[in-house]
Amino acid sequence: MKTIDASTTPACPSNPTALANRLQAQIHAKTLDCVHCGLCLQSCPTYRATGRETSSPRGRIYLMRGHAEGRLDDPALLAEEAFLCLGCRACETACPSGVRYGEILEVTRAAVREQQPGGRFARALERFVLREIVPRRGRLAWIVRLLAVAKGLGLDRLAVRVLPEALARRAAMMPEIPAAAERKRMPAFTPAVGVRRGRVALFEGCVMPELFGRVNDAARLVLSRAGFDVVVPEAQGCCGALHAHAGDDERAKVLARANVEVFGEGATGASGKGDAGHGAERAVPGGFDAIVVTSAGCSAALKELPHWIGEDGKPLAGRVRDVLEFLDAEGLDIALSPMPRRVCYDDPCHLIHAQGIAAAPRNLLNAIPQLVLVPHRNPEACCGAAGIYNLTHPEMSETVLAPKLDALADAAPELVATANPGCAMQLAAGLAGRGIAARVVHPIELLEEASR
Amino acid sequence: MRGGVIARLREIVGDAGCLVRPGELFAYECDGLTLSPKRPLAVVLPTTTEQVAAIVRACREAGVAFVPRGAGTGLSGGAHATENSILIECSRMNRILEVDAENRCAVVQPGVVNAELSAAVASLGLFYAPDPSSQQACTIGGNVAENSGGPHTLKYGTTTNHVLALELVLPDGSVERFGSRSGESQGFDFVGAIVGSEGTLGIVTEVTVRLTPIPKAVETLLVLFDDVVGACRAVGRVIRSGVVPAALEIVDRRTIEAVEASVYAAGLPLTAGAVLIVELDGLPVSLAGEIAAIRAACEAERCQAIEIARDEAERKRFWRARKGAFGAMGRLAPDLYVHDAVVPRMRLPAVLEQVCEICDRYGLKLANVFHAGDGNLHPNICFDRRDPDELARVMAAGKEILEACVAAGGVITGEHGVGVEKRDYMHLVFGEADLAAMRRLRDTFNPDGACNPGKIIPTTRFCVESDPKARGYDAVPIA
Repeated sequence: MKTIDASTTPACPSNPTALANRLQAQIHAKTLDCVHCGLCLQSCPTYRATGRETSSPRGRIYLMRGHAEGRLDDPALLAEEAFLCLGCRACETACPSGVRYGEILEVTRAAVREQQPGGRFARALERFVLREIVPRRGRLAWIVRLLAVAKGLGLDRLAVRVLPEALARRAAMMPEIPAAAERKRMPAFTPAVGVRRGRVALFEGCVMPELFGRVNDAARLVLSRAGFDVVVPEAQGCCGALHAHAGDDERAKVLARANVEVFGEGATGASGKGDAGHGAERAVPGGFDAIVVTSAGCSAALKELPHWIGEDGKPLAGRVRDVLEFLDAEGLDIALSPMPRRVCYDDPCHLIHAQGIAAAPRNLLNAIPQLVLVPHRNPEACCGAAGIYNLTHPEMSETVLAPKLDALADAAPELVATANPGCAMQLAAGLAGRGIAARVVHPIELLEEASR
Repeated sequence: MRGGVIARLREIVGDAGCLVRPGELFAYECDGLTLSPKRPLAVVLPTTTEQVAAIVRACREAGVAFVPRGAGTGLSGGAHATENSILIECSRMNRILEVDAENRCAVVQPGVVNAELSAAVASLGLFYAPDPSSQQACTIGGNVAENSGGPHTLKYGTTTNHVLALELVLPDGSVERFGSRSGESQGFDFVGAIVGSEGTLGIVTEVTVRLTPIPKAVETLLVLFDDVVGACRAVGRVIRSGVVPAALEIVDRRTIEAVEASVYAAGLPLTAGAVLIVELDGLPVSLAGEIAAIRAACEAERCQAIEIARDEAERKRFWRARKGAFGAMGRLAPDLYVHDAVVPRMRLPAVLEQVCEICDRYGLKLANVFHAGDGNLHPNICFDRRDPDELARVMAAGKEILEACVAAGGVITGEHGVGVEKRDYMHLVFGEADLAAMRRLRDTFNPDGACNPGKIIPTTRFCVESDPKARGYDAVPIA
């Protein structure tokens, strides 16, 4: 490797690259909010794991700013660090200066996408999966059916034995495929039980219905028991968070606009086939009281639509509520039967850091009689799932997960509750790997069980 | 030769522990002080004392200087590299080696984070008392280098009062231990000399710190004043009353506005011109009388109102707000120059008026948040370094502020250190003979200045004794 002399590190203000221009135009002003105080450092999982300034929020912002100002030309490092970041946004919770790190990270990722580590094939595969599979419900369902068959034949266990270690680890993380009954479509309309308090749309997400259909269904049931009509618009699609996080801002925008069509102001959800007959009479001015979401990653993304598509995203974003946030704010108002279980609640980053929601899930769990909420160390720390990060950066993902598993092992709960599908899969795989018997659930599943 | 030293460093710490890519060096060009950045030749991340010693020997053989660094939260540039130097980043030396509850001490590596040490010993009813505002990120090693203080310095003292023993890699690569777990020094107090030497005497690789029992009771009061000067006068009255609060902090209106707009918002009143935070700790029986004394002192200075934190959660919010203040200034401007001067408490009101006058005259945005009980001022000047004219005014105003503090009988740093930032102001406080004495002390440990060159002691403009060419490592101009 070439020896680098600091004094000759190239400064290139006279020849700003396209990358520099884009960063200058889109995020430079936001990077200036960072005064380099460093209070974010220890909140950052990758800094804690590496001790490297470049792998910290402050260091990454400095790299972004350096490129935007043409004082640095090292796009390969910028790309590595932008994608090594988990996007957990714990730094935003720590930042006194209010740097909007999540936003500038997404722009940076999009700008350096071609520099992204992993080679062209991996990028092409990722793009294909994100563009052609994830947001297309039929195709995703077909893949999941295929995986279910493969698991049934024991091919996953075979794969773990014959694949190279790195791939085998990823194969071993493959979640249990739920029974076909759980992957069925939910009813397009579920009326409120008892006194009707309002009308909400349920946002299903892309992965949720296939792998966590039971969570969506639990949300539907609890919402209706709590007095809300629940509409599940058929035409809805993926929120685009995975695309934005991967730097595919174009596709994220396309998906965002599609969701505005389905859920935006004036939409009633009455377009579904089985719903057409009496949809109009239920349509209320302004459509839904809220768009309720069961996946923290999706609710965070939908609330941030204006970052992607500007004003057009505001009417939808303003009415998006995570299901736990919504129920805590509205009040459950239903009888809950006792559930004598020891439960650890682990905060998804996209709920606590991206949306600032920490009390609501705990309030709801505490409302269940005899349920014991067991504290564990650093519930707000990232678990390392981070969308598809555990597939793109398996080693760092495991490093980040390890202290979480230590904390859960010490707390020894019967159940671990978390509110995001990626975290649920990561924790389940991690707990299983350590031989810890605790089952992973979404808090809404416990509420559903207690409210039957 | 430089290629040679990097190859050698890689042998010592492995490829992953040696950073040389342009972006990596760029990210390490400064610490909490963003002025006068300098990119190092390489950054190494050792994990053991042996590695640090080997790194130092490798640097010596190659004739390159070396600079220790912790979390890079320092505000005087003490961890800035110099041209063609090796930065020794201690963030991976982050293990707590031993906790000795009976002797109330802990042995830690230098990269242990201040707040995490306190968290780790909390279950034993103990804490590590020095609490710089950056404590959630800054390291014990950095605290030792800078003799860091914090709001609770008023009662508990600075880092030097809490370090019992040290392990130091000397600038020749040998390893020495100083002090003892009992805290009794044998012969000269070398620990006292090393704490606050800003990494110019060697690299601290292990620290034995004193742990303090968590006080049985704590009360935190917010006292609202019309202006900063009134709050300063109240501080004088509190001290005169004989009460020794754990902390006496003043936050001015501009700071309150910045903090209340941030994630550290604690409900500080936006109607007050200044807020005095008073913390009292001790035995429950003693606090009621002390609260009454504080009340009397503040009412005599016509405070607007006195609020007492209702519970531990609110108390913690007040402190998070106070400690997030520096970072929150990012809301006011892209850059921030935090000054750190100490004046006799009785001179606080007059000096503060002068500081305001200076910043007004230079057309600069000023916010004050400071350790009033110690007379430790932190005028925060908000600016944008891309504006060369504004930068020049910031520097000129800074100089006048320090001169005013010194004229009032003060000193140029309370807790942030001299580093590169205050180096050329040392002559305001010290004469040639003083500086020569400091230089002799440093030369005893660090004869050619290879270890953290260019810090603390001015060499070029104000020193006739030293020949900068003979002391090549030190001839570092300030940008």
